[in-house]
Amino acid sequence: MKFTWFHLMPYRFLPDDFKEKYRSVWVDIPRDLYDPKLGHRLYNDYLDQLEFADQMGFDGLGVNEHHQNAYGLMPSPNIMGAAMARRTRNANLVVLGNSIALYNPPIRVAEEFAMLDVISGGRLVAGFPVGTSMDTNFCYGEVPATIREKYNEAHELIIKAWTEKEVFAFNGKFTKLRYVNLWPKPLQQPHPPVWVPGGGSIETWDFCAEHDYQYSFLSYFGYIAGKKVADGYWKVMAKRGKELNPYSLGFAQVVAVANTDEEAERLYAPHMDYFYNRCLHVYNGFADAPGYRTQSTIRSGLLAQVGREAALRREGMTWKDFVDQGYIIAGSPKTVRDRLTHAMKSLNCGHLMILMQIGSMPPELVRGSTELFAREVMPHMRGMWSGFQDKWSPSPLPESERAMPAPLNFKRAETNGTTVHSAPHDSRSAK
Amino acid sequence: MKTSHAIGGGRFAVETYEFGSGEPLIFLHGAVGLTGMDPFLEDLGKDFKVIAPHLPGYGESTGGELIEDVTDAALFVHQFMDDLGIKSAYLMGHSMGGMLAAETAAHDTSRARKLVLVGPAGFWIDEHPIPDFFAMDLSEMGTYLFHDPKSPLAQLFLAIPDDMNQLADMYVERVKRLSMASRFLWPIPDRGLKKRAWRIAAPTLLLWGESDKLIPPVYAGEFTKRIKNARLTTIKEAGHLLPYEQQAAFCKAVRDFLKG
Repeated sequence: MKFTWFHLMPYRFLPDDFKEKYRSVWVDIPRDLYDPKLGHRLYNDYLDQLEFADQMGFDGLGVNEHHQNAYGLMPSPNIMGAAMARRTRNANLVVLGNSIALYNPPIRVAEEFAMLDVISGGRLVAGFPVGTSMDTNFCYGEVPATIREKYNEAHELIIKAWTEKEVFAFNGKFTKLRYVNLWPKPLQQPHPPVWVPGGGSIETWDFCAEHDYQYSFLSYFGYIAGKKVADGYWKVMAKRGKELNPYSLGFAQVVAVANTDEEAERLYAPHMDYFYNRCLHVYNGFADAPGYRTQSTIRSGLLAQVGREAALRREGMTWKDFVDQGYIIAGSPKTVRDRLTHAMKSLNCGHLMILMQIGSMPPELVRGSTELFAREVMPHMRGMWSGFQDKWSPSPLPESERAMPAPLNFKRAETNGTTVHSAPHDSRSAK
Repeated sequence: MKTSHAIGGGRFAVETYEFGSGEPLIFLHGAVGLTGMDPFLEDLGKDFKVIAPHLPGYGESTGGELIEDVTDAALFVHQFMDDLGIKSAYLMGHSMGGMLAAETAAHDTSRARKLVLVGPAGFWIDEHPIPDFFAMDLSEMGTYLFHDPKSPLAQLFLAIPDDMNQLADMYVERVKRLSMASRFLWPIPDRGLKKRAWRIAAPTLLLWGESDKLIPPVYAGEFTKRIKNARLTTIKEAGHLLPYEQQAAFCKAVRDFLKG
C-alpha cells in the first residue's frame, strides 16, 4: 500500500458568513477576501507540512492545479513541486497535475515536468487532469465542446516530446510546431509515470486502460460513494483483459486521526465543516458547463463533484453523518486503521491520496494528525497488496547519485571594501 | 410543418420547420434552438415560405461535430440554401442565429435579399458586458430572457417536467444544444464579425426588445455603424425572446420591412 500526502492548500480565512454572503468560492470570489500577507504565511506553512510528511515516511507528496478560487491556492502546482524538490529527499512529487489543455503550447508541460523530474532526481509523478469546469471553461475560457479533444491532442504531443529521439514537427489541430525538441528531457525513461486524476468521467477509464496510466479518483464524497466509480473502472479494466492491479487505482480520502474518536470530533469537526461548506461552496452555474461532461457521463448518472446536487446531498449532515457515510475517515488510530483498511479493500485501491489538512485546519493539528497516522496507521497498512507490483511509482536515481542542496552557511569576508562570498562546495554537486 | 433534408451529400441530416409559400424566408434560431412550438414562424408563413432549420447538433439535426466555428456555420447555411435550390432569400436570425445570419451575408453578399437581425449576438462592449448565459440557472434565465418573467409564456418556457425520464431527456438535449452554441459564443460572443460586417450589402433591419437584458439594445449601435444599409426598430414590452413575447408587433415589423 502506498500513501501520498495530498495538499489542496485552501485559503483558511474565509469569513463565517461566506456561504450566505457570496455565491461561489470559485471563479468570481471577491479578490478582497485574499490577504497576501496571510497568503505568505499559508504557502510557507503548507510547504512545511509537505516537508514534514516527507520526513514521516509518506511515499508521495501531492499537489494540484486550480484557478481563481479559495479552495486550492495553486494556479501553478509546478512552483510547489520545485520548492519541494529542493527541501525533500525521499517522497515522490505527485503533481496531480497540470491541466494540459490549458497550456499554449502544451509543450510547456513537457518542459516543466522534465525540469521537475531532473531537479528531483527522478521523483516526479506526472498528472494529466482535464481540470474542473470552473478552472478550464470559466476561468481559462476553454470552449466546453472541444476541451476533451484539445486534451487528447496535448497528451499526444507531450508524450511524443518525451519519447521521440529526433526533432519532429507537430501538426495538430490546436497546436502547430515546426520544431519540437525537448530540452531538458526527463530523467525517468521513457518518461515519468502518468496518473490521470478524474472526478468520474467514464471516458477517463478507457483512456487510462489504453495507455496503462494510473487512474486517480478524486472525490469529495468518500469511499462509500466512491465505490460506484471504482467498480466502473475495474469493470472497464476487466473487459479489456487488464490485470486488476490495485496500484493502478488512486483514491483521495479525507482522513483525521486523534487519540480517541471523541477527540477527533472535537478537534476536527469545525475544519471539516469549513471544508464542505466554504471550500466547496461552488455556484451551481459554474459546476458543469454545457459540453464539459460528455452525454454518456451525464447519462451514466454519476453526480457532478460540485454544484447544487452535491451540496444538497450534504445539507444538514452532522459529524456523525460525515463519518458514517465515509466522507471522512476519522477517529482513534484503531478506528482509522480499521475503516481505511476496509475502504481500500472495498475499492481495490493501492495508492491512497490522503487529505489531512482539512479546510481551516491550523498547522499544529495537521502535524498531530499526520504524525499519528504515520506512526500508528501507516505501518499496519503497508503490507496490503504485497502480492502486486507497483508499476506506477517513480524510479528515482539511487541516493548515492543524487545531488544535495548546499548548506546555507555563507561566510562573508570583507577586504578593502570588496565583498567576497564563498559557500562550502558539496562533493556530490554536479561537476 | 416538420420535415428533414439531406444536406452536403448526406453529411448533415437537417430537421426543418416549414410554413406557407411565397418568397423564401430562412430563419436561424438562437442558442437554445427551436422549441417545436414557435408560433411566430407559422404567423410569418401567411406571407412567406418560412424555412427554419435546426442547426447541426440541435434537435434531430446531425453533423454537429463538423461545425466548429462561425465559418463552418456560415458555410453550412450556404450549403443548405444550395441544396434547397435557393439562390437568395430573406435571411433572418435571432440572437446567436443573428450572428450567423450576419456572417453568412458578409461572406457572400448575394445570399440575403434582405437581412433581419433579431437581438443578434456577435459583438462585445467592455462597458456593457453580456451576462454569462451559460452559467445561468433556469430561474435566472427567465430574468434575462423575458420582459415579464412572471408571464404565463415565460413560465411555460421555464417549466421543469415532473417525470424524471423526461427531465433527464430535456437536460441532455439542453446540454447538447448549449454545447454547440459554445462553439460560437464561449466565453465571449465576438468571433470577428466586426472585421467583416462592412461587407453586408443587403438592406438590414435590426429588431430589438426594448427591455432585452441579455444583449441590451445598446448593442444595436455596433451593427448600425458597420452595416451601411441598416435601421433599428425596438419593440416595447419585449425582452430577448421578442418573437415569442410580442409576436404580433414582431411579425408586423418583419412584414413591413420585407414587403416595404
